[in-house]
Amino acid sequence: MARVTFREDRCKGCQLCTTACPKKIIFMASSINEMGYHVATVTEQEKCTGCGLCVIMCPDMVIEVERGREN
Amino acid sequence: MKGNDAIGEGAILAGCRHFFGYPITPQSEVTHYLAKRLPEVGGLFMQAESELASINLVFGAACAGARVMTASSGPGISLMQEELSFLAGSELPCVLVNIMRGGPGLGNIGPSQADYFQATKGGGHGDYHIIVLAPNSVQEILDIMKKAFDLSDMYRMPAMVLADGIMGQMMEPVVIDEEKSIEIPPRPWATIGRDYHEDRNEINSLFVILEEMEEVNLRLLHKYEEIRAKETLCEDYMLDDAEVALVAFGTVSRICRAVVDKAREQGIRAGLIRPITLWPFPYDVISRTAKSVQCFLVVEMNMGQMFEDIEIGAKGRAPVYHYGRLGGMVPLAKDILEELKRVSERGGTGR
Amino acid sequence: MRKITARPYSLRDVPFHYCPGCMHGIAHRLVAEVIDELGVSGRTIGISSVGCSVFAKHYFNVDMIQAAHGRAPSIATGVKRVLPDRVLFTYQGDGDLAAIGIGDFIHTAYRGEKITTIFVNNAVYGMTGGQMAPTTLIGQVTKTTPFGRSVEINGNPIRVCELIAPVEGVAYVERVSLHNPKEIIKAKKAIKKAFEMQLNGIGFSLVEALSACPTNLGLSPLEAVKWMEEKMIPFYPLGVYKSPAGVV
Repeated sequence: MARVTFREDRCKGCQLCTTACPKKIIFMASSINEMGYHVATVTEQEKCTGCGLCVIMCPDMVIEVERGREN
Repeated sequence: MKGNDAIGEGAILAGCRHFFGYPITPQSEVTHYLAKRLPEVGGLFMQAESELASINLVFGAACAGARVMTASSGPGISLMQEELSFLAGSELPCVLVNIMRGGPGLGNIGPSQADYFQATKGGGHGDYHIIVLAPNSVQEILDIMKKAFDLSDMYRMPAMVLADGIMGQMMEPVVIDEEKSIEIPPRPWATIGRDYHEDRNEINSLFVILEEMEEVNLRLLHKYEEIRAKETLCEDYMLDDAEVALVAFGTVSRICRAVVDKAREQGIRAGLIRPITLWPFPYDVISRTAKSVQCFLVVEMNMGQMFEDIEIGAKGRAPVYHYGRLGGMVPLAKDILEELKRVSERGGTGR
Repeated sequence: MRKITARPYSLRDVPFHYCPGCMHGIAHRLVAEVIDELGVSGRTIGISSVGCSVFAKHYFNVDMIQAAHGRAPSIATGVKRVLPDRVLFTYQGDGDLAAIGIGDFIHTAYRGEKITTIFVNNAVYGMTGGQMAPTTLIGQVTKTTPFGRSVEINGNPIRVCELIAPVEGVAYVERVSLHNPKEIIKAKKAIKKAFEMQLNGIGFSLVEALSACPTNLGLSPLEAVKWMEEKMIPFYPLGVYKSPAGVV
């Protein structure tokens, strides 16, 4: 059980996370944030393994990953 | 004690325990003295690879809260100008000594006062000042080192002691007052690690927001105004009834004092003004004197640098003349006396 | 559920001003994580250099000093000589370290100064708008090498790790890259080792981190990663160049 969330206001749309994800579930949303960037997002949360590679890759610390049992 | 040694010993008496520098004639003896003396008092002497490195090592030690200094001569001081601007902008205390030599360019190692503009008008970029002190005896060198450190600490800005090869080589008896306890003011702003003070400290001279940069400049300006009001030092000799006021600093002021005596023997009422702080400059003394004398004769080992400050101070109330020897040459008392006689009989202004 | 990642304490929670895909943010995070893991945050002092990364002074939650161009190693030395028990790092780009500041850098290394230098090499000047760096590759087009860097005019790119590894006084040298998660994990290990060399009093340590500047390369961030893989890494091979065991 894992969940990935994005701090959208800090995302600069660089897409580096999209290639870091081994499951290829991160994509760029059509919506834009206040800075005018398309933000990274995930819709298929159930496919996230919580590996955290996207967190490691993100230059702007936009991404948070949680792993474990739902409480 | 020798002048160059007095620079070193004065620094040690002031509580300075860190020196970073690079050899250059005629300053090298300062480094020789401190290289031996600092380890004896538990301090650090370190020879850097250049004046650029020296002044940045000084910058780092100042960030760490140390009483720190360097010494050099004209060409080396020129290399340090970028960092002087950074030190002023970052509001860091430290002391520099410039044993001036003949220039421009590589010049020579003769005594000179040609770095007056560089020292007093800000040799680096941006709007800033440093405190500039010009001693004229070995005892005064010894005492002024402490003064330089104290002022530098109090106002968080660099202070420079300006001298020349004659001052450095001069041998005079001195009284060392070892009883005086050294109080180094606390430095809550120092970057010594977040654990050692409240919050975190940042030493910085970059302000990308224009309004913030103007604020910093205004803070500096207010500081400079306070220094101008409180810290200006000047000495005079036989000035009360003087018709001609000689103005000179450092080495030349000693010669001029003898010239005043000789002139008085010959019936010319001469007096002497000796600025001790070259920045802040004693404009008030010049201004006051301009009302009572017929003219000023500024004597320097340059083409007329302090001369311009005398003109500012005199405000056109009395003519200002200049007599200078250049390129490492020292003005002789008899030549100054000749010039003094000439100008005391003449009006207008000129060099 | 449990967060598997958290912002390091040694990094302030403010947005980076860096361009999209710029890897300074990654390097900042790794340095801050290492400082946290070593438990030295409260006695660490960082020196930021001139260039884009000057703002490191603002991002690290440790005492910071902003240096003049190229002078960070001398300033770090000045602090360290006054306070030998503190942890000092300089954070310098390729212009700062390898051009204007190479003298300070080499002398600091030869003195075996117990400080750690994080050298971010992206082969181009960022802050001033995309001019040639000392590490710009042969043939690489920049604003000041519009026809590509030529050996005849501009000389050869400087390989900093290879230059400094043989120097006595240097304890640790490694070149890492920030272009994918696997290399970033290695980069963090290298940074940690470099800081440990300092903490153990062994000598000067350097980590060169290859990084991308998509803005000034005129590439998208993903294209810039590809450029790093194809052009940069072959010229600047990754790996350990010096460890206490000797030159590799």
